Amino acid sequence: MCYSEDPEYTGAAVIALVGNPNTGKSTIFNALTGLSQHTGNWPGKTVLKAQGTYVFHGKKYVVVDLPGTYSLQSGSAEEQVAQDFLCGKRLQATVVVTDATCLERNLNLVLQVMEVTSRVIVCVNLIDEAQRKKIFIDLDCLSAELGVPVVATAARSGTGLEELKVKIEEISFKRIITNPRRLVYDPDIEEAVALIEQNLPGSVKEHFNPRWFALRLVEGNQSLLKEIEKLKWSAPCEPYRISYSGPDSKNHIPGS
Amino acid sequence: MVKKILLSELPVGRCGRVVSLRAKGMSRRRLLELGLVPETEIKTIRHSPLGDPTLFKFRGSLIALRREEARQVLVSLELL
Amino acid sequence: MNLTESPIRDRIVKTIYQEAESITSRVVRRKKSVFDWDTKLDDILTSWWFGLPIMFLLLGLVFWLTIIGANYPSQLLAKILFWGQDQLSVIFQWFGAPQWLHDFFVLGVYRTVAWVVSVMLPPMAIFFPLFALLEDLGYLPRLAFNLDRLFKLAGAHGKQALTMCMGFGCNAAGVTACRIIESPRERLIAVLTNNFVPCNGRFPTLITLAFIFMGGLAGVGAASLTVAGIVMTGVAVTLLTAWFLSKTLLKGVPSTFALELSPYRLPQIGRTIIRSLLDRTVIILTRAVLVAAPAGGLVWVLANVRPGEHSILVQGAGLLQPLGKALGLDGFILLSFILGLPANEIVLPILLMSYLSVSSMVEPDNLLALKMLLVNGQGWTWLTALCTMLFSLLHFPCGTTLFTIWRETKSAKWTGLAIIIPFMVASMVCFAINWTIRTLGLI
Ligand SMILES: Nc1nc2c(ncn2[C@@H]2O[C@H](COP(=O)(O)OP(=O)(O)OP(=O)(O)O)[C@@H](O)[C@H]2O)c(=O)[nH]1
Ligand SMILES: [Mg+2]
Repeated sequence: MCYSEDPEYTGAAVIALVGNPNTGKSTIFNALTGLSQHTGNWPGKTVLKAQGTYVFHGKKYVVVDLPGTYSLQSGSAEEQVAQDFLCGKRLQATVVVTDATCLERNLNLVLQVMEVTSRVIVCVNLIDEAQRKKIFIDLDCLSAELGVPVVATAARSGTGLEELKVKIEEISFKRIITNPRRLVYDPDIEEAVALIEQNLPGSVKEHFNPRWFALRLVEGNQSLLKEIEKLKWSAPCEPYRISYSGPDSKNHIPGS
Repeated sequence: MVKKILLSELPVGRCGRVVSLRAKGMSRRRLLELGLVPETEIKTIRHSPLGDPTLFKFRGSLIALRREEARQVLVSLELL
Repeated sequence: MNLTESPIRDRIVKTIYQEAESITSRVVRRKKSVFDWDTKLDDILTSWWFGLPIMFLLLGLVFWLTIIGANYPSQLLAKILFWGQDQLSVIFQWFGAPQWLHDFFVLGVYRTVAWVVSVMLPPMAIFFPLFALLEDLGYLPRLAFNLDRLFKLAGAHGKQALTMCMGFGCNAAGVTACRIIESPRERLIAVLTNNFVPCNGRFPTLITLAFIFMGGLAGVGAASLTVAGIVMTGVAVTLLTAWFLSKTLLKGVPSTFALELSPYRLPQIGRTIIRSLLDRTVIILTRAVLVAAPAGGLVWVLANVRPGEHSILVQGAGLLQPLGKALGLDGFILLSFILGLPANEIVLPILLMSYLSVSSMVEPDNLLALKMLLVNGQGWTWLTALCTMLFSLLHFPCGTTLFTIWRETKSAKWTGLAIIIPFMVASMVCFAINWTIRTLGLI
């Protein structure tokens, strides 16, 4: 079943739950939708994406619980599910569920997701565990650093879920506009990305975040090249070569 | 003094710093994704009861790697 | 050039991680923790001395609690449900329904459902909440960590231990869970061998047989040990089959293994128990209605329609008798396993119905009576029980699991092999045990 075709979901805002494995996505999903996805304290409990709905302030939301993933640009088919979902479809908001006791590893994914979409909410879950372990997180500071809303939750006991729903509402209906932190890569990479980005045709820009798309081309993402073919557009990136001052100066972008 | 060794040789309880990855292909990608990029601090926690895999702590979480994977990572060890 | 070897990618990943690190350093403050529970627990649960013994102990303890706890409610449920059967008969008579209609609904459909519910529900309503507690605590990844070496030796993936844990609940769920294994070769091994973990539908059969044959009505300890032994046999067969597959059909070297050991979290004990109890009850009742009821009706028909001198069931069992005997079983047992293909829950009820249709024994409404039926009525020995348990453990996946295997592999070949391999293994093991015991004159 696909939400975009289901008449029940027309007019509803579509929200994705992504995050590292075992951060409590399914628990949040259950708390939001009242369904009972299986949860368990080990990475990989959810392997099939699940879907549910809730109503907040008279508006309907479709929530999609995705399998956990460490990164968006990985090879495995299951992590591809998360990536495709975020990149290829129109989402009103993406909630990145993070583990408060292990924020660093989780921020890695947050930063990647913010490259794909700006409509991001960071949910710092397991805040009760962090308190128990005497780990303190400055949420305002985190929000300022990232440029997106941050909500602390303890999904199992329901703490912070109201606030999460409010933030989802605000992002979905564009009441607040985020300003996601932009990663700056090495100068040669940035140069190449800028060059490609300028030359991306409208059809690609419509479907993808151009900077993200250009970055993936620079690193040589093969599956995206296929994606382009689907859009009946051949890559203009081939004539460009990146010259490096670094140790890998012999490399040029793929496809050439 | 700094000595370079394979991660698989990092004794239990010692910390090292990732220098580089020797892995290729898929396994390189997996290790990178987990956060084993150069300069990452990593500590050997324990071996499994049967000797392999070994548990490492880096970037805030515990991750078990088999010997074959750990041999793909070069770490620097500060000699006391 | 391939993405996987792109140095640009290395640099991109590094930039992102460094950024995450620097943000974290500005946002997160840690106080030195007073007591590090995680490390202390890991010191015990994954230690060289205690890691594996504790694993066995936990396994044994869970079975012991299940068997001892299930006994009383099981009898109570059976009493209630068979009282219900009598009432149902009265109602049928009151309406003056024909005998065959009464027999079809009461002795076929209702009785099978009653058996499934009373035998399945209590042990599973105890086992799964216990298991869910261990799962929520965070024990499962430690299990995989402790056992990975064995899986590696067998050419398989340590995460297979996790998929096997899911297999306890349902093999179809176990097969789906194999998606967490990234390498296709190891994933396929895990898919093909998941069936060697006794699922929700077979567990109660094992428990019941162990209880009446190995334990006696007093020795719960012996019965638990038997069940634990059967499960360990399943694990051993899994490893051997995996080893065999990775030397033959699925040649290759072990691929990468990286497993995060999630932090221990204190389970919400009350909620976890109630949730898992309700879950199981719903699953078992649903399956009792959807599968056991129609199967009960069908088997009643097979047991009562007589094209010749004997019923279809008896004729079928007769055909299978030589093979069954060679495997330490009999024709009826083998036929029950075949007819039970849609769902393993119905194997035992089908068997009982077949036996009842050919014997003059009274219908068993408790375990003692069941033992009488099997031993006095059908000549079962402990060896028959053992072979039945092993065959149940190893035979072939149920229909739902086979469908899931097909969905996951999209291949008729592997789905076919998922039937053939377990069936051959089950036959070989049962034949060998039966032959050895008989040749040695132990029975
Ligand atoms: N203490 C505490 N535990 C939580 C919280 N949220 C989730 N958990 C527990 O953490 C474990 C993991 O939760 P899940 O919801 O299954 O995590 P997930 O992100 O869906 O995991 P995957 O599907 O494997 O990616 C479960 O045992 C939950 O009960 C929380 O806020 N506090
Ligand atoms: Mg989940």
